[in-house]
Amino acid sequence: MGQIEWAMWANEQALASGLIYLAGGIVAVAGQFKNWEFGAYGIAAGVFVSLLEYPRSKRKKGSTMERCGQSYFTPVVKAFGPLTRNYYVRSILHAGLAVPGGFLLATILGTVCLGIASIIYLLAAIRGEEWRPIEKKPETQPRITETIKRPPENPPPRPPPEVRRKQVDEGASGYTNPAIVADEV
Amino acid sequence: MGNRIVNHWFSAVVLAAWLGLNIFLFVYFFMIFEKGKKYAYTRVLLGSALAWARGSAACLNFNCLLILLPVCRNLLSFLRGACSCCRRSMRKPLDNNISFHKLLGYTIALMTAVHTIAHLFNIEWFCDAVHKPNNSLIGVLSSIGAQDDDWVNPVRSKEQTPPYLAFTTIAGVTGVVITLALIIMITSSTEFIRRCYFEVFWYTHHLFIIFFAGLLIHGVGRIVRGQTEDSVNEHDFTLCSSDYGSWQPKPDDHDDDDDDNVKCFIPAFEGNEPMTWKWILAPIILYIFERIVRFYRSIQRVVVIKAVSHPSKVLEIQMQKRGFRMEVGQYIFINCPEISTLEWHPFTLTSAPEEDFFSVHIRSAGDWTDKLIQNFQDRADNPPRLEVDGPFGTASEDVFQYEVSMLVGAGIGVTPFASILKSIWYKFQNADQRLKTKKIHFYWICRETGAFAWFADLLRSLEQEMISSGKDGFLNYRLFLTNWDSSIAGHAIINFDVAIDTVTGLRQKTSYGRPLWENEFSAVAEAHPRSTVGVFLCGPQALGKTLQQCCHQFSSMDPRKVQFYFNKENF
Repeated sequence: MGQIEWAMWANEQALASGLIYLAGGIVAVAGQFKNWEFGAYGIAAGVFVSLLEYPRSKRKKGSTMERCGQSYFTPVVKAFGPLTRNYYVRSILHAGLAVPGGFLLATILGTVCLGIASIIYLLAAIRGEEWRPIEKKPETQPRITETIKRPPENPPPRPPPEVRRKQVDEGASGYTNPAIVADEV
Repeated sequence: MGNRIVNHWFSAVVLAAWLGLNIFLFVYFFMIFEKGKKYAYTRVLLGSALAWARGSAACLNFNCLLILLPVCRNLLSFLRGACSCCRRSMRKPLDNNISFHKLLGYTIALMTAVHTIAHLFNIEWFCDAVHKPNNSLIGVLSSIGAQDDDWVNPVRSKEQTPPYLAFTTIAGVTGVVITLALIIMITSSTEFIRRCYFEVFWYTHHLFIIFFAGLLIHGVGRIVRGQTEDSVNEHDFTLCSSDYGSWQPKPDDHDDDDDDNVKCFIPAFEGNEPMTWKWILAPIILYIFERIVRFYRSIQRVVVIKAVSHPSKVLEIQMQKRGFRMEVGQYIFINCPEISTLEWHPFTLTSAPEEDFFSVHIRSAGDWTDKLIQNFQDRADNPPRLEVDGPFGTASEDVFQYEVSMLVGAGIGVTPFASILKSIWYKFQNADQRLKTKKIHFYWICRETGAFAWFADLLRSLEQEMISSGKDGFLNYRLFLTNWDSSIAGHAIINFDVAIDTVTGLRQKTSYGRPLWENEFSAVAEAHPRSTVGVFLCGPQALGKTLQQCCHQFSSMDPRKVQFYFNKENF
């Protein structure tokens, strides 16, 4: 299990917050609530946060489960360099994005969730975590060997290859010679 | 396909009943609030959002009632015992308790979304209604109850905004708090977090206490109101609603009863009785009882009688505890207060019920297990104190009820079968009559040779016992080494003629690579053409799928002929 990487949870929380923000915004706009303009902002902020958080960071140790299709997003997020790599930036960004949603009840849930995500990111940043892209290694084609259905021709025990070759040589002389000899006799 | 029905019909019935009840509750409460006469005026203010909120609330009540039950492991253990006379397929749903818990979690999340969105609309419409002029129906309805407590609109003044309403009412505050608790619980229990950072999941999941506390009092504010029964009798919506301009305040005395038939009194409203606590109180009490049982078990003294270090970083701990009774294939929860007072980790028992101690094999696999093994190694003479909760039952209790059993253990997943094989050994020695099993096929798939060592002793003694008692055909075991190199293979070649295997020292030779399940199943089906075969797996999910497929493929359509039943250990 190893050390807890808080950023991983912060990422889940932020992604969920983005979706909740988005949902709250859609509700406010669709219902034409009072101050629905904040809802429109919520939609924009929610989409932005969701896109930013979709590609998961690579874990320090062990394999990381990728989100479905995240490899298309990773290069975009990576392109912003330190802005997206540094979790202090994310923490402040999320805190800032969260504030306007607080003026409208429909987006308050998104605001609080994003605030929590921001706090967890801050914790992650203090502990020195960083966003690192999951990049595909040049894929080595997994060696798929056919299941052997035909029984091997010479049964075990089989000696190691180098010994085997010698045996075959000896065998060849041993099999051919007597026949010839027999003919002569 | 036929076998799938035999195997899973009861699980399917349970799921269908659950889904049916959900749909029924939603529709039933939806219709009450969408069509009921009592709520006609409330609907004027809120529209359909009222019915959506109430329908989802009913489903939430039902699912919150259920969600605590699958995690009451002592209760499940009790049920399993109580159902031991029932058929196998009736008990099978008990093994899927965590899957059911997750399903309920997803449902609660979905219904919470519906409920929250519906109430967002409701609050907005309530606040809008206050601003409507007094010569409209909505405006008149909103102004009802300025003096008395007959109001229908909880927003009492024009200054109140939706956030104000949400954060000053009990329903609003608890709603926001428990939704937040739910969101945090969900985001920290995604598979990725659960697998990689279990502690985060484990600690945040205890927010369920806040969730249920909030849920209990969520409804006490009685904000959703309908017309009182008296009011409905004397004020009919269809007759009076268009006449709202001439509604009369209801006189206190009954002097002018005669004039009543033409007049419409101002309707009076009352809140619904809070319902949620009735739904969830019983499971909460059950759960508290469950926790008390767990707590009582944790304070019982556990004596560590022996700790054995095995290769491949496996530690065997033998323990004793008063009143501890186990069955084969059960597991216990272990807590080591020195490492963490709150963390309980499950381990499969590796001892047989016939032994006078119980044991577990702990493999180093993370923080907690590493520390535990370290603590035991550092202080061999004075081992750290352990607390034990359990034992809890899983599917492999059923092993002896099948004529033929195929046991498949992968890696450390062999542990439950250690207990089973040991128990079989003891049952043989005692010539136990309860042993229905006539033949056991045991497959052990393992990565590295070192891991074989700690289990080899048991197999070896079992082997000898079988030979000496003349029943050496009873257990057919196959070992598969999946991670091997040429040097191991070379050894195997050189020692081909030796009767004992080079890796394990057993009479049965180790196979290299993975088993071909089609071949194994067809061999078993051929050998036992008329038996019921129980297939038991403790190992990875991918293997489970393969085995399940084989079970379906190789079961005969004829119910009298060979049938395979698949069972899986849950972790």
